[in-house]
Order: sequence, then structure tokens, then C-alpha cells
Amino acid sequence: MNETPKLNSFRSGPDEDGRFGIFGGRFVAETLMPLILDLQAEWDNAKTDPTFKAEMDTLGKHYIGRPSPLYFAERLTEHLGGAKIYFKREELNHTGSHKINNCIGQILLAKRMGKTRIIAETGAGQHGVATATVCARFGLPCVVYMGATDVARQSPNVFRMKLLGAEVKPVTAGNGTLKDAMNEAMRDWVTNVDSTYYLIGTAAGMHPYPEMVRDFQSVIGIEARAQMLEAEGRLPDLVIAAVGGGSNAIGIFHPFLDDESVKIVGVEAGGKGLEGDEHCASITAGAPGVLHGNRTYLLQDGDGQIKEGHSISAGLDYPGIGPEHAWLANVGRVEYVPIKDDEALEAFQLLTRLEGIIPALEPSHALAEIIKRAPKMGKDEIILMNLSGRGDKDIFTVGKILGMGQAGE
Amino acid sequence: MTARMDKKFADLASEGRPALVTYIMGGDPDFETSLAIMKALPSAGSDIIELGMPFSDPMADGPAIQMAGQRALKAGQTLGKTLELARRFRQDDPDTPIVLMGYYNPIYIYGVDRFLKDAVDVGLDGLIVVDLPPEMDDELCLPALEAGISFIRLATPTTDDRRLPKVLENTSGFVYYVSMNGITGSALPDPSLVGAAVRRIKSHTSLPVCVGFGVKTEEHARAIGAAADGVVVGTAIVNQIASSLTAEGHATEATVPGVAALVRGLSAGTKAARLAAAE
Ligand SMILES: Cc1ncc(COP(=O)(O)O)c(C=O)c1O
Repeated sequence: MNETPKLNSFRSGPDEDGRFGIFGGRFVAETLMPLILDLQAEWDNAKTDPTFKAEMDTLGKHYIGRPSPLYFAERLTEHLGGAKIYFKREELNHTGSHKINNCIGQILLAKRMGKTRIIAETGAGQHGVATATVCARFGLPCVVYMGATDVARQSPNVFRMKLLGAEVKPVTAGNGTLKDAMNEAMRDWVTNVDSTYYLIGTAAGMHPYPEMVRDFQSVIGIEARAQMLEAEGRLPDLVIAAVGGGSNAIGIFHPFLDDESVKIVGVEAGGKGLEGDEHCASITAGAPGVLHGNRTYLLQDGDGQIKEGHSISAGLDYPGIGPEHAWLANVGRVEYVPIKDDEALEAFQLLTRLEGIIPALEPSHALAEIIKRAPKMGKDEIILMNLSGRGDKDIFTVGKILGMGQAGE
Repeated sequence: MTARMDKKFADLASEGRPALVTYIMGGDPDFETSLAIMKALPSAGSDIIELGMPFSDPMADGPAIQMAGQRALKAGQTLGKTLELARRFRQDDPDTPIVLMGYYNPIYIYGVDRFLKDAVDVGLDGLIVVDLPPEMDDELCLPALEAGISFIRLATPTTDDRRLPKVLENTSGFVYYVSMNGITGSALPDPSLVGAAVRRIKSHTSLPVCVGFGVKTEEHARAIGAAADGVVVGTAIVNQIASSLTAEGHATEATVPGVAALVRGLSAGTKAARLAAAE
């Protein structure tokens, strides 16, 4: 009876308290507890309700444009001279990223719960745009909290949100990035619990959000797995994605977790390097702590104060990570590595020139890791990357760094 | 719960008046001034002191307490120094209960066992940890009770009769009724609604019920005090401190006396509450 229990699946979490090992949980103010329990009940209900699934599928197909294609990047593969590289093209979704998959699911839940107002936090603005979009589609008022720094560096998305009818509230606390936006959204939520649904944009926060967002995003991995089997007759050798809070990554990882032959790599924002504080590599350089409703890896000082972090990519500029990733790192199923700002920028340019696809800066981090790995892999090996979003929102940031001046100059 | 907290509420009951519970942020605007403010509180009429532990991400607090935390952190406050504040205070004041209030992460990083040992050593009486609901009692609440430190729980308007027993289960010291959904610094709620809520909670527990959120003036303290066993004032005190500081956020000669004057007024309010309740 002294045997260590054998872990026979990496896909069974979380437990009923929302834990993945020591990570996850429900670390929230009492005001929110009844609401979170209600959400849990509604979600448990919806999960097994065929009408809910049918609604999701219909909207997925006709509104988002699913399934998204699996694309063989022939010229990039040739250029790097090693493994075959495939992209799961989430950037072709309506609104330009994977974020819409989750927003459709959650807004249907909010409707079921009778909520009349939607709030969200956003970093890159992709989640804000996706939320504003579904709010327009379902006729609900929408308030998006966005760090003031991000409002400035992702201005095209701010404009889109406003056009869609959302109110964008800039948050000046801290560095004015995603963490601060999330604090402010939580303050709004406790103040307006009765009417308001908090549409969290990543697989983080308090239970049941990490599980729920993962399940909504798993459509990415489920489709990609089937598409890969069809295209190549076998599973990929390496699956790779960028990790901010971790929703696009867990979405593509989860269906592959129990496939032993598949190596899985998550790419964190290495910012200006891990030596100082200017990065967002929570797993590589952080420690377990409690923030925003869950225990996870956090960038923090010795007194438990959360650090601000830095990334060129607003969507990765968060000092924490979803709890399931923290657990997957701990048990060793997924490897997490940092990629620096300049490496991501190079990858951004390479993909743009070689494949005619302008990627967002977030997945450019995953691409930079592929640039390192593909040449060392055999030509018969296969890499699958989640191309989580398109780069339209980033062209001004990148253009400025590359010294291209203003358009039309 | 500690004998000190017990005795305090027993004394108040025999005086027939509600407690005045005052909140300050530990280390705001700096360690020494904060200690001086803390020492001035009991003689100004504060019955129980809530000592805030600054945190970088105070998700349940409004702008005033957020800024107080930022000032304290900037001046170098840490959880260790907040415990030290309590220890220095306790050297001259054996009677006034001290409740630490804040968020879990700094305690988690300090180490729960080490924290509770030090909390007992410095003479703390209770803890309010905003982001630890009953579902998370294994983390800190149960070990704290074991160590003889009260775990004071917040009840809110969303805590309905179905949920109240769970919230009250491991609560000790007193129940802190947050009189409205929202963050600290919100507007004053309707005292008659507060009275009904307090009666509802009291039908589930024999613990004293203190009410906070929105109390700013002597008149508020009297009105809310007539309906509860205690009145908690935080944002008004923190604002008083903020308004006394230099542009760079440093303490001035007006800082400590300003707080003392405000608390004397609030205390007159809670003392008058007995008369109001008897009317
Ligand atoms: C295109 C894109 N990819 C990735 C991310 C990071 O989020 P997550 O880790 O939740 O996928 C974002 C966030 O804004 C994004 O816009």
C-alpha cells in the first residue's frame, strides 16, 4: 500500500476545489464567493447541456469561422532547414485571435445567468475587442479595463472597442498594464456583483475560470490534433505556444497532454532578459504565491509584493500565469522557456517576409523558440505552433522600434 | 480568541456602547509616524485597532487605501515591520486588541507557521485576510485558531442565510459586516438596512457584529453604532493622514494630532450611539 499513486492522466484536473496540485483555488473576497459558486453551478450545468453545445458549435462555425486552418509553413520550414512547421491559424478567427473562442462561451453563460452587464480586463486589447464584439452581438453593455500603458501601445484595438460600443477605462495604477487592469476589473465586480458578469480573458484567476477558459479554448487543440492526423497521419513531435495568462497555450496543449510522444513547450516573455526585473517569465523566474484568486507562479519580491514585469508584447505583460500551467511545469509535463523582446521582433519580421503572415507579438515569441529548435530537429519531425493572433494591432509598435516612421512619411 | 478581545467586548457591553474600531495602514506614511499614530489612537477613543498590511495589489480597496499602501511600501514597509509596529505598540499598551488586516500573499511568502508564531509573540489578537473565504480555511484560518488568534470574517450583503453558517463557522473575535458590496471608501449605506442586516447575522451567532464601509463622521458613527456592536472606520482616517502630508508624502506636525482629533469625534459618535439606541 506504500506505492506512489500513479498519475495516469494529465487531463483530469482540477479537483472540485479548483486545485491543480497545490495551484489554483478560490482566493477571493467573501462578496464574490456566492457569485463564483453560482457560476460554477451554471457552468457544470452548461457543460453537459446539448443546447449549450449546439449554440457554441453554430456560433463557432458561422460567427468565428471555425475550424481554423492548419497551415504547413513551407517557406519557413525550408528556411530553417529542419522540422516541418505547421501553424494552427487562430489569427484568422473573427476579431483576429483565439480570444473570441472563450468570449462566445462565457457570454452564453452570462446570458444563462441573467447578467445584464459585462466587464473585462485586457492587455493587448485582443480580449477587450473580442469581449466588445460578443457584447455587441448579444446586446449587452460592456466596460473594458485596460492599463494606460497598453492603451497607448495598442491604440488600434482601443479604437475598435470604442466603435463596438464598449467603454474603455484606462487604469493608471502600477505600470498601467494587465495586472492593474485586472485589479480594477475585480473592484468593479465586487461593487456590481448583482448585475455584472466578469468575462476573464485568460485561463487564470479563481476557480472555475481556469478550467472553464481552458475548455472553451481546447477547441484549438482538438481541431489541430484531428487536422494533423489527417495531414500527416501522425501526431506532431513538438507543440508550442506563447504563454501570457496561458489560454491559447492550454487550449492547444490540453488535448495532447496524454500523448507521450508529443513534447510540449510554453514560451514566456523574457523581456529584456531574466537578469533584471524587466521580463514576465513567471515560471522560469518566479515563485509560488497568491494573486487574483489563485495560487500560481508569480513575479514577486521577498515580502510577497508583486512585481510589475515587462514585455514588448502587451498580451504577455502579466506577472503571473494560469494555475494549470504552474502545475504542468511542476510535474514536468510541459517545459517553459523565456524568449526576449528582440528575439520575438526578429521572428515577427521573418514570418511576415517569408509567409506573408503578420503575426501578433505574442505568438512571435513561440515562433522565436521554433527558430532555435527547428534547425536542430530532423526533416521528418513535425512542429505544431499556435498562431494565436494577427499583428495588425502591433504594426505601430514594431514600426516605431524599427524606425520606419509614420505611415505615409 | 484572545482574552484581550474577550475582555474588550465584555467591558463595552457593560458600558452599553458600541466599539470604535479604527483602521490605519501599517507604515503609512513611514514607520515612526505610523507608530506614533497607533499609540495616539486608544487615548483618542479607539477601542480596537485594525492594522493594515500593505500589499502591491489591494483588489478590495478603493483609491484612498490603495494610496496609503503605496506610501507605506515606498517608505520600506514589509510584513516583518508591520509585526514590529504591533510589538512596539504592545510594549506600552497591554489592553487594546490589534487585528491585522490585508491580503494573503505576504503572509504566505513570510511562511504561515513563522507568521503565526511571531503574531503570538508580538501580542496580536486577530486577523482579517480579505482573500481567504471559508473555502480556503486550511490555509490560515484553522492554523490561526489553533495558535489562539482570532480569524475575523467579513460578511457582506451577498452572504445570504444559506451561506452565513459557513461564513460564521470558524469565525471568532467578532464578525465584520461590510455594509455594502464594493471596495473600501464607498458611500455610507442606509442605517436602517444595516440594522436589519446586523439582526439577521445575530440570529446566527453570539459573536459581536461590527459594521464598516462608508463611516466617515461622528454622525455616521452614531447612526451605525446604534445598530451594531461596533463601528469600523478606515478610509476617513487614511484620508485624514493623506491630507496632512507634504507634497512629497512626508509626515508633518499636523499628522498625528489630526488623526487624534478625528478619532475623538468618531468616539463621541459611538458613545452617543448608546443614547440613540435607547431612544
Ligand atoms: C494574440 C494573443 N496571443 C496570446 C495572448 C496571451 O494570452 P494567453 O496566454 O491567455 O493566450 C494574447 C493576449 O492578449 C493575444 O492577444
